[in-house]
Amino acid sequence: MRVEIDQDKCCGAGSCVLSAPEVFDQRESDGIVVLLDERPGDELREAVEEAAERCPAAAITVLEQ
Amino acid sequence: MTTVRKIVVVGASAAGLGTAEALRRRGYDGELTLVGAEAHLPYDRPPLSKQVLAGAWEPERVRLRPEEKLADLRLDLRLATRATGVSGRQVLLDGGDRLDFDGLVIATGVVPRTLPGVEGVGGVHVLRTLDDALSLRVELLAGPRLVVVGAGLIGCEVAATARKLGLDVTLIDPLPVPMTRQLGPRLGELVANLHAENGVRQHFGVGVDSVRSAAGRITGVVLTDGTEIEADAMLVGIGATAVTDWLDGSGIPVDPQGVRCDAYCSAAPGVYAAGDVASWEHPVLGRIRLEHRTNASEQAMAVAMNLLGAQQEFRPLPYFWSDQYDTKIQMFGWPLPGDELEIVEGAPAEGSFIAAYRRDGQLTGVLGWNSVRGLRPYRQELMKVMAG
Repeated sequence: MRVEIDQDKCCGAGSCVLSAPEVFDQRESDGIVVLLDERPGDELREAVEEAAERCPAAAITVLEQ
Repeated sequence: MTTVRKIVVVGASAAGLGTAEALRRRGYDGELTLVGAEAHLPYDRPPLSKQVLAGAWEPERVRLRPEEKLADLRLDLRLATRATGVSGRQVLLDGGDRLDFDGLVIATGVVPRTLPGVEGVGGVHVLRTLDDALSLRVELLAGPRLVVVGAGLIGCEVAATARKLGLDVTLIDPLPVPMTRQLGPRLGELVANLHAENGVRQHFGVGVDSVRSAAGRITGVVLTDGTEIEADAMLVGIGATAVTDWLDGSGIPVDPQGVRCDAYCSAAPGVYAAGDVASWEHPVLGRIRLEHRTNASEQAMAVAMNLLGAQQEFRPLPYFWSDQYDTKIQMFGWPLPGDELEIVEGAPAEGSFIAAYRRDGQLTGVLGWNSVRGLRPYRQELMKVMAG
C-alpha cells in the first residue's frame, strides 16, 4: 500500500490524524497534512482507507503499489 | 448477517460516492448502482467557490476520485440520470428504467434558493454545481460590478474570490453581520471587518426589494431601505432546499427539512439518507440536518455500516471550515444563539485566535481563526460530549 497526499487540496480538518495518527500529522503553522509514512504496513490498511474516505477535501489517495 | 444484495444509491456526490466506497470497503459484493443527475464524474464542491471560481484549478482537479479508483468499486454508474420516484422496492429513472433494490440510499443533496422574480434574468447566478461555478467564472472574467446577496458561507467565499480577482463587490444580508447563523453576532462582526479591509462594500441588516434589469440582463438592485446599487452580475447565496420532491408519493417520510430519518439515518426499512438531504435524530443535538462537507463523508460511512446490519447511532461532531482571503475559519460543534463566547487563545487583533462557546458551563463549540492545531483538545472534549 502506498499513500499519496495533496497538500494543496488539504483543508486542515485533521480527520486523517484521528483515523490514522501513525501515518498522518498536521503542520504546526497551518494544520496542513503531513505524511509520516508513505508505505504503511497492512495492519494500518483499514485506518488509512478510512482516513481517505473521511477526508473532506479528497486529498488522500491509497494506491496498491 | 446481512442479506442485502441490491443497493441503489441516488446522488453521486460526496455522500453518495462515500456510501458506495464504504460499502465495498466493508466487503459488500452485491449489486451497487450509483445514480447521478449531473453528467460529470463525482466531484467535490467546496473548491467551487474558491479555487475553481478563481481559475486556480482546472475543473478536472475537483474530481473526488481518480477514474481507476472508481472502477475498483464495480459500480453500475448512471450519470446524467435523474431518479423520478420510488415505487415499492423500485427506483424509477427519467429514461424509463426501473432499478430493483433491497437497500436504498438517498443522497440527492440540496438546490439553492433564489430570489423571486429573477428567473431568466441574465447575470444572476447561484452556486451549487460545477457548471454553476464555470458559468459564474465566465461572468466574472468580464469584470462586472458584482452584488452578492446573502452573507453566509457561499456568499462570503464568492465575495472574497471576486475581490481577489479585482472586482467591485457589494455584499448584502438582512442580518446585521455576516455568517451570524454559523458564528454568532460577535464573531460575525470580525467577518464583516475582514471583508471591509479587503474592499467589499457592505449593506447589512437590509434586504433586497427588487432586481432591476434591461434587455433581459441585471442592471442593479434596490434594497428595502431604498438604496439603489448598480450591478452587472449577481450571486444569490440565500440557502438551499433539500431535493426530496422526487420522493412524493413514495411513502418515504419527508418534511420541509429533508428526508426524515431516525438516529440510525434510516427513513424506512432498508431506506437510508446521507449528506445535505438527510435530517436525522442526533442522540445529543436532537433533530438536525447538516450542509457540511465533512458530514457527507461521515454520514455515508454510518449509512453503509447500518445497511450492512451494524445498528449504530450516528452521533458526529459537526465541523465546517471556510477560507476567505488568507483567513481560515474552522468550527467544531453546534453552538446555539445565546451560548457564551470566550476567546481562549490568541486575540482577534492578532489575526489568530481560538474561541470557545459554552452553555451552562458545558463546551458546545470551538472556533479557530487562523489557528488549527490548538483546536485539538477542544475537539477531543466535544467528541466526548457527542459520544454521550
